[in-house]
Amino acid sequence: MKNAAILYDATLCIGCLECERGCAAANNLPYDDTIAREKTTSEHKYTYVAVLGGEKYMRRLCMHCNDPACASVCPVGALHKTALGPVVYDASKCMGCRYCMVACPFNIPKYEWSKAIPAVRKCIGCYERQAAGKPTACAEACPTGATICGERSALLAEARKRLSENPAAYVDHIYGEKELGGTSNLFLSSVDFGKAGLPTHYGNQPLPPLTGNVLAHVPDVATIGMAVLGGVYWITHRREEVAAAEGAEKDQKKG
Amino acid sequence: MKRLGFWTSVFIVVLLFGAAATWLRFFHGLGASTNLSDRFPWGIWIGFDVLCGVMLAAGGFTLMATVHIFHVKQYEPIARPALLTAFLGYLLVIAALMFDLGKPYNIWHPVVMWQPRSVMFEVGWCVMLYTTVLALEFSPIVFERLRMQRPLRIIRMISAPLVILGVILSTLHQSSLGSLFLIVPGKLHPLWYTGLLPVLFFLSAVATGLAMTIFESTMSARHFGRALEKPIILGLGRLLMVVLIVYAVVRFQDMFHRRALAEAFQSSYESSMFWFEVGLTTIVPITLLLFRATRENPLRLYVVSILVVFGFVVNRLNISVTGMERASGVHYFPAWSEIAVTMSIVGMGVFLFTMAIRYLPIFHHEQAA
Ligand code: SF4
Ligand code: SF4
Repeated sequence: MKNAAILYDATLCIGCLECERGCAAANNLPYDDTIAREKTTSEHKYTYVAVLGGEKYMRRLCMHCNDPACASVCPVGALHKTALGPVVYDASKCMGCRYCMVACPFNIPKYEWSKAIPAVRKCIGCYERQAAGKPTACAEACPTGATICGERSALLAEARKRLSENPAAYVDHIYGEKELGGTSNLFLSSVDFGKAGLPTHYGNQPLPPLTGNVLAHVPDVATIGMAVLGGVYWITHRREEVAAAEGAEKDQKKG
Repeated sequence: MKRLGFWTSVFIVVLLFGAAATWLRFFHGLGASTNLSDRFPWGIWIGFDVLCGVMLAAGGFTLMATVHIFHVKQYEPIARPALLTAFLGYLLVIAALMFDLGKPYNIWHPVVMWQPRSVMFEVGWCVMLYTTVLALEFSPIVFERLRMQRPLRIIRMISAPLVILGVILSTLHQSSLGSLFLIVPGKLHPLWYTGLLPVLFFLSAVATGLAMTIFESTMSARHFGRALEKPIILGLGRLLMVVLIVYAVVRFQDMFHRRALAEAFQSSYESSMFWFEVGLTTIVPITLLLFRATRENPLRLYVVSILVVFGFVVNRLNISVTGMERASGVHYFPAWSEIAVTMSIVGMGVFLFTMAIRYLPIFHHEQAA
């Protein structure tokens, strides 16, 4: 299966913010010096480069999880994992419950709080560009090759190659390979990923089965429950009918 | 009359603030009318209005099951007030959702856009279906009042499946509100996050439903100068005690297995809120109920029921607010407008309840055939 993904190698990143600028341009978002200083994703910023000190950086953006929590919780399917790889959003379906924001382990979906008719905003992996075979805007803008685009399995092989060829330059881990069931996006870094701000306390199991396992019981609870309650009803009321019938008989005998 | 005048004016003031907040909400958006943010996307409109609203309505299905399925006819006289509470409760929850949803006009989308993997999808369907069931269950009361015999007969014919459906939907719905939080193991504090959330939500809803019924029966008996059905209240008190004990056992056993008890003995904001909640929902009421002097005195049961209701409200707010704060990195306190909307909704509930018991055969009615 195809899985269009991004490989971000933080050791090649020079913090020039060209990915931020390219992303803003591609998504019709405003961009200026003030926004460049904002170190968080928001309704007008889908990616940012965190400055870790000592010329170290870490990009943040939607990870395009293989089994995304955001899409699994959305009651109307406004978010969904495409066959191509990116997790996309359809504002016309969204009812604004903001459950996706609560559920995303990376705190990526953001909301248009100031609008009367708001929508969720997040990186959609430049779905249309990628579908047309073009790289994402951020990868295209990156001057050093720190962010590159491609098929996930190829990128994974590339990441492994870099780790083995130059082990001293990296922490020995490909973030996103296994985290939360794996994500389309893969990160390499010389700084411990937890210290670089990425969540490391989730383990390798995807989140959606946590609810899925419970939801799977719903049809059983409903059908067994109906049978049991129906039975109880029949028994309790049967007793009453019998009592009523016996009462009537007695009355007849008396009469 | 003077006291009524006081409460009426309080109600009017609350509604005025509520109207201002409504204007803010719908013309200037959620940002202007709430203290919600990208870091804290759910506040009291979800934590109180929806989570607690549904919980407070649980008396409806608990009593409908007791009276009509398990056939404990003794509780018949309070089944209708409990049903009324449930019906109003659900209507008000829907009203609250219209405030909280970013695009409330899309509230019907789950009807056509199926997404059975989502708990929110299930919650949406249960609210819709159960509100319909409640409307049908409630309709005989209106028909009786209007002396419409034919619809009354039709409804009575389907009353058994209706009650069963209502109980099933409630069970699913009450527990699925807990399942909403299963997806946030890394965000909800370990004092509250557990795979048993759906079970705990169900048990706490039954307890709150019983406590609410004690509370309302006592209040309305006083208000209308009726004699209180003492054996009923005492029976409910006993049931409440049993449910609370079951809840406490499940809760603490689960914490023990998850090794989360240690968290409770660390001094933190979360552990103080935890003990406050656990004290109100289990330790204090169970201790009190162990004494015959409490169990056999309606007035004391009334006090216990207030503790329990308040305690479980704290419980739901702990799960939706307190327990989520640390991971979010911000402290959330509702804006005045969030509080005003919530208070208006509660006020509307009390108002509609009072009107209904005044004009509809809720407490006095010919025994249902
Ligand atoms: S990072 Fe968050 S928003 Fe992106 S796919 Fe994963 S769960 Fe969804
Ligand atoms: S806010 Fe919109 S996209 Fe997010 S879960 Fe709710 S309906 Fe889905």
